[in-house]
Amino acid sequence: MKAALLWLSALALVAPAAAQPAPIRVEIEQFTLPNGLRVILHRDTITPTIATNIWYHVGSAQEAPGRTGFAHLFEHIMFEGSRNVPEGAIDEWFGEVGGAPNGSTAPDRTNYMQSFSASALELALFIESDRMGHLLPAMSPASVDGQRDVVKNERRQSYDNVPYGLADQVLTEAMYPAAHPYSWPVIGYMDHLTNASYQDVVDFFRRYYAPNNASLVIAGDIDVERTRALVGKWFADVPRGAAVTSPEVSPPRLEGAPRLRLEDRVQLPRIDMRWITAAAYQPDDAALITLGRILGAGKNSRLYRRLVYELQIADDVAVRQDSRQLNGEFEISATARAGRDLDELDRVIMEEVARLQREPPDARELARAVNQYEVGFLEQLERVDAKADALNEYLFYTGRPDYFNEDLARFRALTPSDISNAARRWLDAQARVTLSIVPEGRPELAVEGSRPVPNHDLELSPPQRKPTS
Amino acid sequence: MTKLLITAVLLGTCPAAALHAQAPDRSRRPALDPVPELTLPPLEERMLDNGLRVLIMEKHDLPLVQLNLIIDAGSVRDQEGRLGVASLTADMLDEGAAGRDALALADTFEILGARFGVGGGTHQSVVSLRVPVARLAAALPVVSDIVLRPDFPAAELERLRKERLTGLLRQHDEPNAIAAVLAGSALFGKAHPYGRSGGGDEPSLRAVSVADLAAFHRQYWRPDNATLVIVGDITPDGVRPLLEAAFGGWERGPVAPARVAPAGQVQGRTIFLVDKPGAAQTVVRLARIGVARSTPDYYALEVMNTILGGMFTSRLMQNLRETHGYTYGASSGFDMRPAPGPWIAGAAVQTSVTGAALTEFMNELRRMHQPIPEDEVARARSYLASGFPRAFQSVAGIAARLSDMVLHDLPPQYFNEYTGRVLSVTHADVERVARAYIDPDNLSIFLVGDRRIIEPQVRALELGEIRTLEIADVLGPPPAL
Repeated sequence: MKAALLWLSALALVAPAAAQPAPIRVEIEQFTLPNGLRVILHRDTITPTIATNIWYHVGSAQEAPGRTGFAHLFEHIMFEGSRNVPEGAIDEWFGEVGGAPNGSTAPDRTNYMQSFSASALELALFIESDRMGHLLPAMSPASVDGQRDVVKNERRQSYDNVPYGLADQVLTEAMYPAAHPYSWPVIGYMDHLTNASYQDVVDFFRRYYAPNNASLVIAGDIDVERTRALVGKWFADVPRGAAVTSPEVSPPRLEGAPRLRLEDRVQLPRIDMRWITAAAYQPDDAALITLGRILGAGKNSRLYRRLVYELQIADDVAVRQDSRQLNGEFEISATARAGRDLDELDRVIMEEVARLQREPPDARELARAVNQYEVGFLEQLERVDAKADALNEYLFYTGRPDYFNEDLARFRALTPSDISNAARRWLDAQARVTLSIVPEGRPELAVEGSRPVPNHDLELSPPQRKPTS
Repeated sequence: MTKLLITAVLLGTCPAAALHAQAPDRSRRPALDPVPELTLPPLEERMLDNGLRVLIMEKHDLPLVQLNLIIDAGSVRDQEGRLGVASLTADMLDEGAAGRDALALADTFEILGARFGVGGGTHQSVVSLRVPVARLAAALPVVSDIVLRPDFPAAELERLRKERLTGLLRQHDEPNAIAAVLAGSALFGKAHPYGRSGGGDEPSLRAVSVADLAAFHRQYWRPDNATLVIVGDITPDGVRPLLEAAFGGWERGPVAPARVAPAGQVQGRTIFLVDKPGAAQTVVRLARIGVARSTPDYYALEVMNTILGGMFTSRLMQNLRETHGYTYGASSGFDMRPAPGPWIAGAAVQTSVTGAALTEFMNELRRMHQPIPEDEVARARSYLASGFPRAFQSVAGIAARLSDMVLHDLPPQYFNEYTGRVLSVTHADVERVARAYIDPDNLSIFLVGDRRIIEPQVRALELGEIRTLEIADVLGPPPAL
């Protein structure tokens, strides 16, 4: 048993060392153009690849109620060409240099990213600056209509035609007061997508797609000096837009503990509960992310171990803190095994939450969660596209693009009692929304006392839905 | 600080000046710089005394290491009545080993900040470990226990059995899974290793025992039936003692390579329509038997399929998404395996336009037999060649490429030749393979959607015989649990 002995001694050395790995080094150059565009450059020559990543500081939270889905529809319009880039050319030109341009829309921001052969740096800057500065001349009602249909199919494919796919929307609607910026789904409602007018699209671009509301990261096999000059060449003449101000929104408070029930074409019932929590990078955010891992990541996590491994009353469990600018959301969901009732899952989940509120986790549980978080950090540093997005994320939420070590430090500094304090502060059993999704015709499987949500017309905005017959 | 930053600061003091920033010439797209070459570190090959082949690639930019142990023990080895044994054997390895239980094994990797996985695929079972290099020595002995000394605890098999049966139940909700199961069984037949479920069907899952798994492990999990790929912040000499300690005591055993017979090609056109009432979209798949990875047409086929459905500007994506707005995305691809795997084109389309979408799919397949413009061929070549280096950024990406090389027995110079081979595919090659492999008259069409609405649309197209099915005809009745 030489191997086993070797292993024991190695582990003894390794566990404490895990607390202090070497600092992470991501060298950057940053500057701001006179038009307000923030620029961050990072050189990494492992492969001849460059990633560009732009965050526009606008997301679904900036949409007007009654105009949902707009930020995301606009994201699609950004791929339809600009004054000097013909329709279809963005994908064609990036495709020729190995790139697959993409974008994503979230409540807080919209990003545009691609990684491509290092031969195409200037081409990428030309394309990104052209659609930042010269989009409107190329836009037409027809191009908006085309993407309207694509987005409707994206909604069908990602939400309406997916088992449990409507959970996020139903919970989102129940968690916030009607006009709150986080109270509607990013993908939007079908009737709003239909009604979005060409003029709405124009106004949206003018208001939000300006250099002073964006940040550009270029990471990869670049010459920093030359890149800096090329960014100036292509972006300096894009005119600054009017200052964008975000309305002050006071953090919502969930009143009571609403329980909802949705019947769906599913085999197994699922419970999904959410709380309103700390905002991204604010105090308790790291503790809540870590709490999520202690509850739900890996075989030894509290909920996986009890629900899936020991009691075997659930088929899966997922827990996470979704960190955003105005507030976070903490979510626990679990799919029941056949024949199990969601009251049973709810009881066990809340027992485990209460236990962590009462007693801090042990040091090893915390170390497991933090060490797993750290390996994720290293993996992110391997890829230029991941680093580019992280630099923009840090800039947006903390004002500091090179926040890597500070970010890690907030996890390394956590103590077991930070975790239980955060659980006590944020996971009030009486201030959460609980959704039961149950097979059609099996309402008795839902958490007791749940109010039915009509299971038709959910693709429409709430005022357009017909009452249950 | 540099000149440009100073300029920026000066301009910043005088906002009006920004308006006069010199506009670049936007009338032409900028030229590309010379294409830089990807230079990979050499691939080192070693052999342990027991026949375990080791492939090593150094990568020292980050203190990470990835290890993939690849065993020629995939579901193609499964026997009738015991389907799922290969993948269950793999899944059971970390449920108990060398006297330590599943939770203790998982705890070890988690505390080390390691990502460990083990699972069975069609042709291979793979054990993977990604870990900060400082903790490789601590993690490897546990990997060794899991691979060499699994305990196969009966209680854990019961748990996994129920998980798998629950997975079969949940497939009834998933239109993509229904289409995949149906396509496999219809194309290859349920007796063929590619036509049955690698995860096991209900009768097999109920029947499988710990003894089956232990026997499978004993027979196939042997060092001379395996290759170990290791990539990262290590050197061949430095890592060798660790590998010897972990795997040197693994006993060799004679294993004949797995052989899969080619399946017969689809003849004629048949439409299989699975009813999923109320579905917001129809999952559409058009499929036939493709080609083995060893084909000399590999590069030409990659370029040809890229034109048809392998990138965003492909014909299928442009037609079905951009021109018609029928879908969020359409694509096609060859699943090249040691024996010919499927070629599948597909999309999820809005229910009300299912017939029209199917017509466009057929139009695009037929159009592949007409002359293909040279610039489309050039674009596809360039897309494949230029995107190739990206996979080599991460230790996991490199290890995945090397694992592919092992499965298909590709020569070591494969990576360095890839770009040149792709760029040398000619226009004539592409047109030839399009005619040879894309056959719109001999293929099967699979549709999963709301039959009431889509059947009349599809019938009107007169594409061929329509066989209507219920979900249970494809998946069997939901397992009783």
